[in-house]
Amino acid sequence: MSGSAAKAMRGGDLTLLWGLVVLVAVLSILPLARLVLEGIAPGGALSSGVIGAVLSDPTTWTAVRNSLVTTFGGTVLAVVIGSIVACFVALTDMRARNAFVFCFVLPLMIAPQVTALAWLQVTGPSSALLKTLGLAPPLGTRNPLYSAEGIILLLGIQYAPLVFLTLRAGLRALPKELIEAGLAAGAGKLTVLRTIILPLMTPPLVAGIALCFVSSLGNFGIPAFLGIPANYLVLPTLIYQRLSGLGPSALSEVAVLSTLIGVIAMAGIVVQDLMLRRRDFRITTTSTAARPFELRGWRLPSEILLWALVLVILVVPLAGLVATSLVPSYGVPLTAASATLENYAYVMFDHAASRRAFANSFGLSAAAAVVIVVVSVPLAYFLVWRRSRMLRLLNLAAELPYALPGVVLAIAAILIFLKPLPVFGVSLYNTIWIIFFCYVARFLVLGLRPVASGYHQLDRTLEEAAQVAGAGLLRRLVTIILPLVAPAATAGALLVFLTAFNELTVSALLWSSGNETLGVVVFSFEQGGDSTYAAALAVLTVIVTLALMLATLLFARKLPQGVLPWRD
Amino acid sequence: MARLTIDRVSKTFGNYRALDAVSMEVRDGEFLAVLGPSGCGKTTLLRQIAGFDQIDDGEIRIGDTVVSDARRHVPPEHRRVGIVFQSYALWPHMSVFDNVAYGLKVAGVKDPERTRRVKEALALVGLEAFAERRPGLLSGGQRQRVALARCLVTEPSLVLLDEPLANLDVHLRAAMEDEFARFHERTATTMIYITHDQAEAMALADRIAVMDRGRLLQIATPSDLFRQPANETVARFIGEGMVLPAEVGAADSEGRCHGRIYGLEVSLRASPLQKAGHAKVCLRARDLAIAGPGQTGLSAHIVRTVYQGGFFRLEASLVRAPDVTVHLAVPEPFHHGPGDVVDIVVNDGWVLPATTES
Repeated sequence: MSGSAAKAMRGGDLTLLWGLVVLVAVLSILPLARLVLEGIAPGGALSSGVIGAVLSDPTTWTAVRNSLVTTFGGTVLAVVIGSIVACFVALTDMRARNAFVFCFVLPLMIAPQVTALAWLQVTGPSSALLKTLGLAPPLGTRNPLYSAEGIILLLGIQYAPLVFLTLRAGLRALPKELIEAGLAAGAGKLTVLRTIILPLMTPPLVAGIALCFVSSLGNFGIPAFLGIPANYLVLPTLIYQRLSGLGPSALSEVAVLSTLIGVIAMAGIVVQDLMLRRRDFRITTTSTAARPFELRGWRLPSEILLWALVLVILVVPLAGLVATSLVPSYGVPLTAASATLENYAYVMFDHAASRRAFANSFGLSAAAAVVIVVVSVPLAYFLVWRRSRMLRLLNLAAELPYALPGVVLAIAAILIFLKPLPVFGVSLYNTIWIIFFCYVARFLVLGLRPVASGYHQLDRTLEEAAQVAGAGLLRRLVTIILPLVAPAATAGALLVFLTAFNELTVSALLWSSGNETLGVVVFSFEQGGDSTYAAALAVLTVIVTLALMLATLLFARKLPQGVLPWRD
Repeated sequence: MARLTIDRVSKTFGNYRALDAVSMEVRDGEFLAVLGPSGCGKTTLLRQIAGFDQIDDGEIRIGDTVVSDARRHVPPEHRRVGIVFQSYALWPHMSVFDNVAYGLKVAGVKDPERTRRVKEALALVGLEAFAERRPGLLSGGQRQRVALARCLVTEPSLVLLDEPLANLDVHLRAAMEDEFARFHERTATTMIYITHDQAEAMALADRIAVMDRGRLLQIATPSDLFRQPANETVARFIGEGMVLPAEVGAADSEGRCHGRIYGLEVSLRASPLQKAGHAKVCLRARDLAIAGPGQTGLSAHIVRTVYQGGFFRLEASLVRAPDVTVHLAVPEPFHHGPGDVVDIVVNDGWVLPATTES
């Protein structure tokens, strides 16, 4: 074998790597750079006029204040619920842990707009559920959820699982010797919890808080359903209103608003980083996880309380949603005589937009899942097995579009695709492809993470054996690595599919006639007062979500721990 | 089949010098064992030969082709080497047959021939009947054989074996040792066998290369390595050698010389070039014995006796140098115990060459 042939081969590897670098750059760095550019030079000319106008508009600051109030409130609530539940699940001998975790994490997988819609069905004067039970407040009473408190409550419930998941992962990694050493030193169990476990859990807790903060800040579905009717605007809903009211002429203005929300999100991430940098939390030993707390007599009461929580945050709202979806018109109590499936028939067969939305959402989500897995398998190969500084930056770049609020990416995509693409001369704006671009960019990391943990579990000599057998990189990827990381890749694809399928934030800003997603149609039904249709469509999306989640449990054994959030 | 030349190869990871100017020549068809404690650089050496890393300095040639130097690097897939990994690295999603056939498929060998060669390879390791099994259903020894068949089916110029017996139990190891030896005889492939087990290396190899802390200490036949270690580290590492200080006379042309160890006159083996003066001497347990009537020896306190079936392993510290401990095998019956003083005669020994060990 001559030296030049060797170089050509290594060139092949490099081509693939650079292809991936360019792709990730186009998906993450390009949009953000374009957004910042628009803030500095709106419409192409350097000017501070738009920035000044936006920043001196009192509406902007009201929205910022509202965003911060709801985000902080929601985060605090999520942290309280999530950390208490994580301690019970990870540290005690409670029973039926798997079923509980599945139910508790479910709200995270259900679209925020569906959560909002469901809760609205349990509280208002027209609630089918309350009417049926005879508990409905008199007509004309304001639904108490149309308020800042309502938004905080639902954000807290939506994102409590995020805190739960990061904290549980931390508790799992906690060596049991540390706890036993504390007990042996004579400390009681609660003292150990307070002085050893919780201090060591600072990093995952802070990470969970930061995740929760950024997610609440970027959430569109909940403040859209609960805030817009009360004219209580947060930054994402303000951006939505400006853009849908004025169209592309408001682009420079919303670009500034998006940058503003991006800056707040980055500030949250930086604060997290600073908090963790001050102290050394490294755990020096490793061993199996401990469940030190036997609840004994408290076991049954604790379990009852935890399942009561599931009842309140999951069962009641879903019952409200189902009840509304089954009545002929909003405000009618659900009885054996009034129950009907007409709403379902309407959204599935009669209403053109919702029929299209099914096809669009399925197609977009499935295509995004496939593309992301196809990109993730080689990308994770380089990230996990060929570590270098450049690849760490690449990993960071891949995380960025998901870490930042969805509106930021959506506005950036409009800026990029509004004008026809340079070489091809086609404009993606007002087509389904702009949504597709955003889905791939935003959810790439959801597919990448499970695939990467699949690689971590793999014995690299399996690849090296193929290499000495003469197989080049592409052949190794296809014949050896892909079959071995297939379970993790499937899990990643399903996570992408589920998230994209339930998505509203991005498509609310990017949809056009004919290119509606399910989230958009639910939103417009509700805005038009057709709560029964909205509820029927929402129930269908919940059923699809639930079915896919349950399907994953069939091959969950083959997956690295922690890949499926809803499995203990 | 090809010879392998490793010429002053160095490899550094961060600040850690994993290979420090290692040179060796492996002859065509030779079975070379690379022996050393864990962390000595033997696995790093194997990975450089296979081409998984790029070397910092030096040159590696397979046959007449330079496969690695500071600038050039032929990737592993073009080196035509075979590897048997410690973990076997059998692909769990393929049958035994497909595992073995993989390399041929990659090389574009078409079917009637491919199947024939796979079957031959499986027959060679006695696994024809297991062709359709998944590797997960095989025993450790069977997996080992599949790995061997997989590596040999493509007729590589060089076979690298990375501690292939480390994961097997003692009983199976002996059987597999035989298998490797027969295998090497039949195929006459150049084999490089990485191990930390000297008994294994001695049993199998034509020559053994001893490594420590990234450097090659000695490369020699098993017998030369045992009888004539090049330095103190090799002397102590191989066969539990004891190294004692001595005054020696100049060696004769036969390589014998007189010496004095703690006042005891002894006859020793040495390099014919050995000069008179201070030296270190490597003694083996078999060179020592309890003094018979009329013999003079080194007086020593017994520290420990361990019965090992038919004989005792006796450890004793010298009366004249209490921090020097020697050990020897003493046949039954033997009625002394710890604390007793015995006289130990020295029948043979090897004067370590004066080359400094930095």
